[in-house]
Amino acid sequence: MASIRNRASALAALLVLLGLTFSGALSPAVADPLDDALAGFTADKYDDTEKAIQGVVATGAPTGKAILDALAAGRLVFDPESKTVLLKDAAGKLTLAKTGEAAPAELASRPLKTVRANNRVRRAVEAASGAFELQDPNPKKRIDAARAVFKSRDPAALKAIETALATERDAGAKEALQQARAAILLGKADAPEADRIAAADLVAGVGDQDALAALRSLPAGSPQAVKNAADAGIASIERWLSVANAFQDVTFGVALGSVLLLAAIGLAITFGVMGVINMAHGEMVMIGAYTTFLTQRLIHTYLPAIDGASLIVAIPAAFIVAGAIGVMIERTVIRFLYGRPLETLLATWGVSLILQQAVRSIFGPTNQPVSTPDWLQGSVSLMGVSLNWNRVAIVLFALGVFFALLLLLKRTSLGLKVRAVTQNRRMAASMGIRTPWVDAMTFGLGSGVAGIAGVALSQIDNVSPNLGQSYIIDSFLVVVFGGVGNLWGTLVGAMSIGVANKLLEPWAGAVLGKIILLVAIILFIQKKPRGLFALKGRFVDA
Amino acid sequence: MSRYRFLDTAGLIFLAVVLAMAVLIPASNLLLSPDHPLHVPDYLVPLLGKYLAFAMLALALDLVWGYCGILSLGHGAFFALGGYAMGMYLMRQIGPRGVYGNPVLPDFMVFLNYKELPWFWLGFDQFWFAAIMVVLVPGALAFCFGWLAFRSRVTGVYLSIITQALTFALMLAFFRNDMGFGGNNGMTDFKDILGFPVQAQGTRATLFALTALALCGAYLLSRWVVTSKLGKVVVAVRDAESRTRFIGYRVENYKLVVFTLSAMLAGIAGALYVPQVGIINPSEFAPANSIEAVIWVAVGGRGTLVGAALGAFLVNAGKTWFTGVMPEFWLFALGALFILTTLLMPKGIVGAVSDLLGLRRKSELPSVPPAAPAPPPAAAPAE
Repeated sequence: MASIRNRASALAALLVLLGLTFSGALSPAVADPLDDALAGFTADKYDDTEKAIQGVVATGAPTGKAILDALAAGRLVFDPESKTVLLKDAAGKLTLAKTGEAAPAELASRPLKTVRANNRVRRAVEAASGAFELQDPNPKKRIDAARAVFKSRDPAALKAIETALATERDAGAKEALQQARAAILLGKADAPEADRIAAADLVAGVGDQDALAALRSLPAGSPQAVKNAADAGIASIERWLSVANAFQDVTFGVALGSVLLLAAIGLAITFGVMGVINMAHGEMVMIGAYTTFLTQRLIHTYLPAIDGASLIVAIPAAFIVAGAIGVMIERTVIRFLYGRPLETLLATWGVSLILQQAVRSIFGPTNQPVSTPDWLQGSVSLMGVSLNWNRVAIVLFALGVFFALLLLLKRTSLGLKVRAVTQNRRMAASMGIRTPWVDAMTFGLGSGVAGIAGVALSQIDNVSPNLGQSYIIDSFLVVVFGGVGNLWGTLVGAMSIGVANKLLEPWAGAVLGKIILLVAIILFIQKKPRGLFALKGRFVDA
Repeated sequence: MSRYRFLDTAGLIFLAVVLAMAVLIPASNLLLSPDHPLHVPDYLVPLLGKYLAFAMLALALDLVWGYCGILSLGHGAFFALGGYAMGMYLMRQIGPRGVYGNPVLPDFMVFLNYKELPWFWLGFDQFWFAAIMVVLVPGALAFCFGWLAFRSRVTGVYLSIITQALTFALMLAFFRNDMGFGGNNGMTDFKDILGFPVQAQGTRATLFALTALALCGAYLLSRWVVTSKLGKVVVAVRDAESRTRFIGYRVENYKLVVFTLSAMLAGIAGALYVPQVGIINPSEFAPANSIEAVIWVAVGGRGTLVGAALGAFLVNAGKTWFTGVMPEFWLFALGALFILTTLLMPKGIVGAVSDLLGLRRKSELPSVPPAAPAPPPAAAPAE
């Protein structure tokens, strides 16, 4: 069909070119609705021009948009003699309105007249331009145009929508067009009542803010049945929106919970498993973030080919650097303080001050830039909620680290030894386990995991010497809340604190929400001093 | 019994030194001419006063940590609450002299479009009311917090962590403008205290002397508590909580009394601190401040009272010196202090000195456990 039309228009153009156009001399087979429409412009009357505009829209000619733009800009001209309509671009170059081909030279020398436009014509052009997008060959563009009409609910676009609907093949575009039509009909006081009720249902089915606006702006004096339908639609949309909002809060909460899990899981090992209060844990996270920064820098300078993978390389690097520092701290400070948790707390606080100041002296107090690789940029849409890839990646990464750690503790020889030392140090030592070595390795493991957390946090937080401090209190609360000595407890604790935080936020504001959460955790610890999942056992003074 | 004599040698020396400071420093500042070699310059008086207020906070902390075994990482909160109560009084004294000239509302409230004074500001134009609040607010918070925590037997590290969470929550709360406490700017630009200009030399000297006297009073009160029968039970709780409970004492009540008393002392210290430094803002609630106060006690010697005050004075003097001479090394020095004190000098300066002199009474401090037979670090750490 399209090709026939093209061929016909090519033929018509040929005839124009030859100057052989007589009205009525062409056979009906070759007659072209576009020619009829364009003829309207040459009448030089506003009424005819307006009809011509609608005609152009109805044909859906590929040059239609350009014709309308030219008309609005006063650059649509015609040759009164041959009745040829031409487009003049800003530079004065002429093209044929019908085909968009360059106009033959002889036309340029003729006395051309401009198609005049008054305000009424301009309004018609405006309405028709939007409609034109509805005819775009790209279905995506057609859907966008239909969505725009849905949003504006301009009654003038109704005809264009209906025209487009008649020929639309693409299912998605058809749906969007129907919705746009419904949005217009809903607000059209002279439309049949039954149509408007059906339209209200259809609009309610779209279920977003625009639909809500359309339903709310029902004109006064609409029939009761229409009002009822609109109210029902509003109620159903609001229900749906509140579900979507809750879903969004939960997804954000899970993302925050994963961040907390990453920050706290190393602590769950050193504090939960070893009973060591490591106040320098946050600084291990910070060192991990700085290792990421350095790794990216080195790779960017010396191996630009693998720039995109620098974040992957940073993971083992951060584990090794933070783990090594952790082992060093354990060997030089902590091992002298086993069994004195409060003294350990103070000493590791001192370590944290020194590490912070050391990083500040080396790198300066300002934030260091860490770039996000391309494959982590962008977002994915799920149930109408858009999720950033880096958040999704952090959730997956946190769970990955969690299960890797669980596997390590449950399935490896090191894990077996760690658990043995945890449960009964003296017995483990008697069985030949080198408990000091296990202590050092466990502490190194916890610190290394903190370093890995730093890699992830470098993607969402500022890499500065204070990075760790902002997480240390939260991390301790997660571990204590979840129950010391239980990795599953840490997972549940992190997720519940994260989700609770995000659910409180819209209701109470970010800071107040956080305060409420802190108070709630303090009260919770009163109720269950050993956390959600307390280890059962016999402890003196426990 | 000599080991619980009300005033021991160290205590007498301490009182003598602080009282001498209370007299000599204001006298030297006010009476001697500025070029006299023994003249104490004007800037030094409030600075030393600040140290004495910190010493009082350390004393309060030593009472709970050194004698009751409760490591509070949130004592800065009680200190700051006392300071805020005093700050509110001082704000009300500004009256129409503020930038906006509002006779009732402090400047920040005018700025934030408050129409009238919030209910919790009422009464703070009276000094006696503010003075009661200085003690009552920290005391009430400590009572509620302790009542919950000690009854449910939250001990050791867990207690430390939730005290830290408490001060952190308060810090966030006071940072909010809606709270009506001046938001992150806090309160400053004070004019009068009891009709005397806060900035004046004479007022500052008086405030210093009062702080020194308050420190002496706090010391005597603490000393009285720890040498009383109550104090003996409290030490027993510290050393063997379960055993004390099994003997029949209501451990939580003893802890609660000491904790509340300590919070009140901290509140008074804060109230004395604010007019001397001239500002109070939410950063006083920062968890780091509270931990720093703990190290003062540890450096001086926990469970000695005198040592806590001494430690506060020395560490803060060191801080002033370091931040003046080489600011970037202060955190290194402080960090090293934390590590070296806990590793090498668990009894602090006072403990080390009395060990040296062989004067150490037999078991005033039996709880700092000997490092050698360390109990196993159980999964649930037992303190």
